[in-house]
Amino acid sequence: MWEQISSNRTRSIVLVIIMGLLLLLLGYFLGIAFFDSGILGLILAIVVWIIMNLIAYFQGDNILLGMAKARKIEKEDYPRLYNIVEEMKLASGLEHMPTIYIIDDPASNAFATGRDPKQASVAVTTGLLQVLNRDELQGVIGHELSHVKNRDVLLMAMCSILLGTIVIIAYYASRFLIFGGVGNRRRSSSGGGSAQLIILIIGLVFMILAPIAAQFIYFAISRKREYLADASSALYTRYPEGLASALEKIASSTNQLKSANNATAPMYIINPFRKQGLRASDLTSTHPPISERIRILRSMAGGASYKDYNQAYQQIHKGSNVMPPSALGLTEPVPLRSAQTGTAQAGGAYESGRRERAREINDLLWKKDNYIMLDCSCGTRLKIPPEFKNAIVRCPHCGKVHQV
Amino acid sequence: MDIGIVIIVIVIAVVLILIFAFVGIYNGLVKLRNQVKNAWAQIDVQLKRRFDLIPNLVETVKGYMKHERDTLEAVTRARTSVQTVANAGVGERSKAEGELGMALGRLFAVAEQYPDLKANQNFLALQEELTSTENKISFARQYYNDSVLTYNNKTQMFPSNIIAMMTGFKAGEFFEVTVPAEKEAPKVSFS
Repeated sequence: MWEQISSNRTRSIVLVIIMGLLLLLLGYFLGIAFFDSGILGLILAIVVWIIMNLIAYFQGDNILLGMAKARKIEKEDYPRLYNIVEEMKLASGLEHMPTIYIIDDPASNAFATGRDPKQASVAVTTGLLQVLNRDELQGVIGHELSHVKNRDVLLMAMCSILLGTIVIIAYYASRFLIFGGVGNRRRSSSGGGSAQLIILIIGLVFMILAPIAAQFIYFAISRKREYLADASSALYTRYPEGLASALEKIASSTNQLKSANNATAPMYIINPFRKQGLRASDLTSTHPPISERIRILRSMAGGASYKDYNQAYQQIHKGSNVMPPSALGLTEPVPLRSAQTGTAQAGGAYESGRRERAREINDLLWKKDNYIMLDCSCGTRLKIPPEFKNAIVRCPHCGKVHQV
Repeated sequence: MDIGIVIIVIVIAVVLILIFAFVGIYNGLVKLRNQVKNAWAQIDVQLKRRFDLIPNLVETVKGYMKHERDTLEAVTRARTSVQTVANAGVGERSKAEGELGMALGRLFAVAEQYPDLKANQNFLALQEELTSTENKISFARQYYNDSVLTYNNKTQMFPSNIIAMMTGFKAGEFFEVTVPAEKEAPKVSFS
């Protein structure tokens, strides 16, 4: 049941190979156009691609987390988030606990990264932590960890590197063209004629079309993985409503993530650049439309298995499958569970309201900045900055003296 | 003569294929069995954690819940009975652990009626820990049971069942929580 996802991977790999071929063809034709040598162009394209892969493999997650201005947190900093990640780690059967990061941003979003399941990271924004209750957060974290478990992170990194290489090569080739590289080449190379002209035109067409085609493929892969991650999240939590209502809340928040950019967009749980009112099912979206994702999750009436998700998907997409039916195979029915939030039964979690959560998260950020918290008996919480050098401080509210 | 060589080649090929199939299936079974073992270890860690947290909880709650001694007693008793079956099989342990989970659930339900207790930071931290541990147990159990199901299917389905039988792979036991749902009222005597 857990390895079913792997058969679906083949289709994504085929798409990656097509992208790779696109890169090679681009290199080859541009090589002919600029250096009179297809092989040289090919080699150049491959060298650029390998260098980018090496950087991404060894530094990719640090770059991504750095760009997002993510800060690492430990269990003591915020036990609720740590516990939820650990719960989902157990449900997904991941062997290693991912590192947890928070991004200080009022927008609601989350992403996972890491080159393999042994050293994965999840990052969530403080906005998300404030808005979501426990069940909803569980759904979001389940979605992110399933990206790690299904190795989507690696796949998407490979894709985005291929895409990046294609874009970079096409960009520099066009620069070269503007500054007259081709003109000189053509004047110096005697002979040629119409055959060379044709190749040059093919090269030009590739230069323009390759980045666009690569982007379409990239987005197609990305959307597919999002559906699969939703299905896995429902399976892990046994509670698709959690993710559905989380997506609803995230969609209704109007804040845009400041630290996201085009390259990192597919990593997030929802597209950080979505525009209100735009139907996002068009080909240039990294994510399926949220309303559709919510509808699928909400129509999973029978259970939480992949089969149930596929059935719900079929209802909305008129019979097409999100997973190959052969991969669904033998499965036991997977019952849904009821909400935990608000119940004090066994397994029901203590739930703080939105305002308390906001306060908790603010305190967490203060503490991360090395502020010292002192609770005065009058109910005031003193936040003392690290620059404060005095040994005692007076409560501004009641005048009581505290030791720092 | 030519036919003889052809037959020999075919026989060797068939034998090689069989050997490869055997090794492949055997390794697959070992991998699944290890997955089951590992999944069980994950449950065990969480059960141990819950066991260790309870004295702390009882200590914190005692002062506030003077009128709920039977609820507290039930938790302590369930904890002791968990200890006595610590080395028993999966079936017996899951029953005792299930009862402990129920007793804790009742304790937290009762705690809702004590505003002072709910304002206690220590209690809130413990409640977060214990309820999350409870979740972790059920998620780990979920994964464990899925692993057992996959493993059992493999040991029972053709052709891997032949190899499983030959090399002694036994079916795994599910971890079910079967609690005699609050049928009997807790019998407590204070002496």
